[in-house]
Amino acid sequence: MKNLFRLIYRYHVVFLFVLLEILTLSMVVTYNNYQRAVFFDSGNFISGNLFEQFSTFSQIFEFKQVNTKLAEENAVLRTALQELLLKSSRGTYHASDSIYLPRIAKDSSQKAVYRFTTARVINNSVNQQHNFITLNKGRRDGIKPDMGVIANGQVVGLVTNVSENFSTVISILNSKWKISAKIKRNDFFGSLSWDGKDYRRVQLNEMPYHVPVQDGDTVVTTGYSSSFPEGLTIGTISDFSIGTGSNFYKIEVMLAADFKNLVIVGLVENKQLYEIKQLELLNKNGN
Amino acid sequence: MVINLAKYLLIFVVSVLLQVLIFNNILIARVITPFFYILFIVLLPFDTPRSLLLFLSLILGLTIDIFTNTPGVHASAALFIGFLRPGILGLISSRETLESVSAPRVMTMGLQWFASYVTIIVIIHHLLLFFIEAFTFDGFLITLLRVSLSSVLSAVLIVLSQFLIFRK
Repeated sequence: MKNLFRLIYRYHVVFLFVLLEILTLSMVVTYNNYQRAVFFDSGNFISGNLFEQFSTFSQIFEFKQVNTKLAEENAVLRTALQELLLKSSRGTYHASDSIYLPRIAKDSSQKAVYRFTTARVINNSVNQQHNFITLNKGRRDGIKPDMGVIANGQVVGLVTNVSENFSTVISILNSKWKISAKIKRNDFFGSLSWDGKDYRRVQLNEMPYHVPVQDGDTVVTTGYSSSFPEGLTIGTISDFSIGTGSNFYKIEVMLAADFKNLVIVGLVENKQLYEIKQLELLNKNGN
Repeated sequence: MVINLAKYLLIFVVSVLLQVLIFNNILIARVITPFFYILFIVLLPFDTPRSLLLFLSLILGLTIDIFTNTPGVHASAALFIGFLRPGILGLISSRETLESVSAPRVMTMGLQWFASYVTIIVIIHHLLLFFIEAFTFDGFLITLLRVSLSSVLSAVLIVLSQFLIFRK
């Protein structure tokens, strides 16, 4: 017995090592779905927060660029707002001192349909077939699935999953997602998808031959998907050809948003989305 | 003693953060990812008790595992080099050197010694790491390719770090 203890003491490091190694290797081997969930969750809590902190830090270097972009966007919006206010008689516009005081519509039908909010991108990829984006806001901040994601008024993607503090977005650069889009100049619409080849180009399909198409035409959202307001820029037509044995054009669209450079994104919520979905469901059930 | 403790705690935190926030995001040519964090094990003093070395390696590995969602993979690889480190040191340097010098550094041990020491540790660690990871993944040759190319980058980064940050 004494000898046994002496042996154990003499080789205690080896015993300790073997024991710990068995323990860790069994962690690897028994790595099943349940453990993944538990581990993943705690990992998500810790790493999600760390990744967020880090993106806050790395954002410092991008402030200048982000500021410029936001300022430009503000300028565009301000111009649009002024034009609208001048056009409608409801707003009071004091041209003399450049302060405008839009009157809030009393009629319920006049209420804004879309609610906008912003979030920060904490994880993003463009190099896979199915790209997703992670945002630093979740259920607690009022983010819901099916909210549209935009950057500088350009379409980026659609919120798919929401956790308490984070949300994931299916990007246009995901070959599983399609969105309806139209040519701004003539309102003909088709369906937009990505072929997974070039992260700057997407394809506009189902556009029939008789439609006049030009290089440089702007492609915008239709509003049919009800996640996005109508008329948000998606990109410009960079190339088009007539596919052999097909009734539709092959149209290449150069994306307006730079997906390698997303920092702050806007989220759009259609407050009537639920109502629209319910109504459309009736049609499906009726058939 | 307290200063030493603080210093190694700092090295631990810095190695983990650099690994998790920067090096884990690196993927060169679809195969090369550096594993820089073992710097912590590399730099521990020569007279670290062997069982303490094991526990520190385990904690380091598990910390990395939590951030990469790979329970046990980094822990078992780190544990292995924690176990082998005294033996490797005994092989490449004499007992007198190990007793007269406090910790493995380029400044005290020389570039050639340090580089070979790091290379041995890195290769063993990466071999284990990639093959334990490959438990569930693809073939032998591609794993070997990942091991060798990533080892080169990790070793270079660890040696370079001696000249950049950890001067003391």
